[in-house]
Amino acid sequence: MAVAEKRRELASLPWTAALHEWVTTVDHKKIGVLYILMAVVFLVIAGIEALLIRWQLFYPRNNVLGPDTFNQLFTMHGTTMVFFMGMPILIGIGNYVIPLMIGARDMAFPRLNAMGFWATLFGGLLVYTSFATGGAPAIGWFAYAPLTEHTFSRSSATDLWALGLVISGIGTTSAGVNFIATILGMRCPGMALHKVPFFVWTMLWTSVQIVIALPPLTAGLIMILLDRNLGAHFFDTQNGGSALLWQHMFWFFGHPEVYILILPVFGMVTEIIPVFSRKVLFGYEFMAAATAAIAFISMGVWAHHMFSVGMSRAADLYFVIASLLVSIPTGIKFFNWLATMYGGRISFTSPMLFVTGFLSMFLIGGLTGIMLASAPWNFQLTDSYFVVGHFHFVLIGGTLFGTFAGLHYWYPKVTGRMLSERLARWQFWLLYIGFIVTFVPMHISGVLGMPRRIYTYDAARGWDIWNQITTIGALIQVPSFAIFVLNVFWSLRKGKPAGDDPWNAWTLEWATTSPPPSYNFEEIPTVRSRRPLWDLKHPDDPDWKYEQ
Amino acid sequence: MSVAEGRFEGSVPSENSLPVSSHSTAQTSTPLNSTLNSTEWGMIAFLLSEVAFFSTLIVTYLAYMGKDQAEPTPAVLSLPLVIGTTICLLSSSGTVHLADLALRRGSRGTFALLWSLTILLGALFLLGTAYEWRELIERHHLTISTNLFGTTYYTLVGFHALHLTVGLIVLSIVLILVLRREVKPSHPLAVELTSWYWHFVDTVWVVVFTVVYLVSR
Repeated sequence: MAVAEKRRELASLPWTAALHEWVTTVDHKKIGVLYILMAVVFLVIAGIEALLIRWQLFYPRNNVLGPDTFNQLFTMHGTTMVFFMGMPILIGIGNYVIPLMIGARDMAFPRLNAMGFWATLFGGLLVYTSFATGGAPAIGWFAYAPLTEHTFSRSSATDLWALGLVISGIGTTSAGVNFIATILGMRCPGMALHKVPFFVWTMLWTSVQIVIALPPLTAGLIMILLDRNLGAHFFDTQNGGSALLWQHMFWFFGHPEVYILILPVFGMVTEIIPVFSRKVLFGYEFMAAATAAIAFISMGVWAHHMFSVGMSRAADLYFVIASLLVSIPTGIKFFNWLATMYGGRISFTSPMLFVTGFLSMFLIGGLTGIMLASAPWNFQLTDSYFVVGHFHFVLIGGTLFGTFAGLHYWYPKVTGRMLSERLARWQFWLLYIGFIVTFVPMHISGVLGMPRRIYTYDAARGWDIWNQITTIGALIQVPSFAIFVLNVFWSLRKGKPAGDDPWNAWTLEWATTSPPPSYNFEEIPTVRSRRPLWDLKHPDDPDWKYEQ
Repeated sequence: MSVAEGRFEGSVPSENSLPVSSHSTAQTSTPLNSTLNSTEWGMIAFLLSEVAFFSTLIVTYLAYMGKDQAEPTPAVLSLPLVIGTTICLLSSSGTVHLADLALRRGSRGTFALLWSLTILLGALFLLGTAYEWRELIERHHLTISTNLFGTTYYTLVGFHALHLTVGLIVLSIVLILVLRREVKPSHPLAVELTSWYWHFVDTVWVVVFTVVYLVSR
């Protein structure tokens, strides 16, 4: 009642009042939406950068773009996708859903939450102002030293890049702090840590990784800024500095970073599979232990990005073993997902459709990852397109497909409307097929010797056909993103009303209205099991009878 | 922000709604199965991020230790001065802890004295560092751009000093809040968390002192 009144009241306000509301909000739900909107805008920008890259690589000796412009494009494409799309969209979904899932009224630090969003956005804008200096940085998203020194990168583009990432890094770290405090300190009565929804558990471990992995990057970026502006010598190889130190520092951040990009997705997928298989999650405890194991091990494998720099055999061996080890808990998760589906009554509505895309594509990406973890294979294929194929399989196949699954799952809760299934299917199939056509050929061109980050290649190499197939695949993907945006905005007005619990799900966010009121729940609930709504709907057969 | 006193209701689900708690206190209060509240967890998570940050600076210092071809080397560092500043900082951890205890006992006056002493000792540390740096720059010509030692030394000690400065500002603000009776003496969260931060700054200094002034000299 109060919700409907408030909505009518808000609808009659001038647009300036709504804008003020959104700009000054400290409500986790609005901040979550802001993060997601920001991420989608940057997704489109980085996508355009990718299309320009693919256009240049269509023909051998093509001259649509010169080498310097090309280098700027792959730098900005990578930086944008990782820092201003990938992390923000996951932090945004987490922001919206986590407090609801644990029966809280907001995050632990609402104002810090807002600061985190605006810092992330501001950092992104700062990085993009580098175009106004005459060109974006052309250093690669991983910014290997000494290319980042003033000697080799003269314009202030690199400074804007580093400073923008320091600022957005502070925003991201604060989000990690907020999630840890919220999840550890604000669960509703009865929700012990071993009873939290799985997305909450994975978000907790993601946040631990954020808090440990982001600061080393921030330190490294500060060192770049000190080198460039105060004459320091951290990575100044002409004066004793070490290019290798930067690589260690960056990848110490960089590897946990990719797990930051996938653990929340594991959580979302683990929420969706049971609901759409009508079956409780298989092996919650093992899944939880596997998550913690992945978080720990992933912090010790960074130098598998550096196999060809000339580390000792002992070091190489250690990183091979540790990298192979991390595949075990990941495999456990995979089997548990399949075991959950097995014997279930599966319905392939859009969230589940995207989950299927995730499962198939992330599997392949994981397998090529294991191949790359083997140092001798890596010696041949490092810095080739095989690696580009691998990480796009895990990042798009994994992170993006899983994120779309989550967005389709929770869109009804956020908006009160269902997304169009028809448009969702078109989006899925165009993305799935386009994605396969784009990235499978990269494994082939990589094995045939095509290096990364080259702006063109000779016809005699035989790489042209694979590049052309890839570019066509990219063009197939373009309409899928347009359809998604169309679906989101069309369904806002014309989607079927969703009600509180359109999927017949089991976690607390489905116990309140769609969208929830600003205070989330009329009264803070008490829970007794991992599936409080199942207990409510089946009082004769509640979960707490079976759970330890 | 008080510790929760909610009673745990046995869950007897009513017809169409979830069992509700009698938990009417703010959600920063402690749920029954956790020993720390959300604000305390937040400070711990923040300090963890700071550990990661300082570890990176320390590892960098160690990586470049002894690698310089040119003077000056760590031999130019003055141990007596730094022992003095270190004693100041370590004592300030003692005074901040005693101040916290005093406030919980209800002795606001003793708290104010000890807390102010903490600020003073911290400020003395900064003054000592400023003097040390002036010596290093003017007498030994050591700057951040001189050599690897200069680069890593000023970055590490400088970031520590920056964190200490922020700590002094926060200590001062909390002192004002307590004097204006805006902090509850029975559970002074602001005082507790500030003292945790201060102990952290002190611990970082112990590591920096050991690595820079004892090991590398």
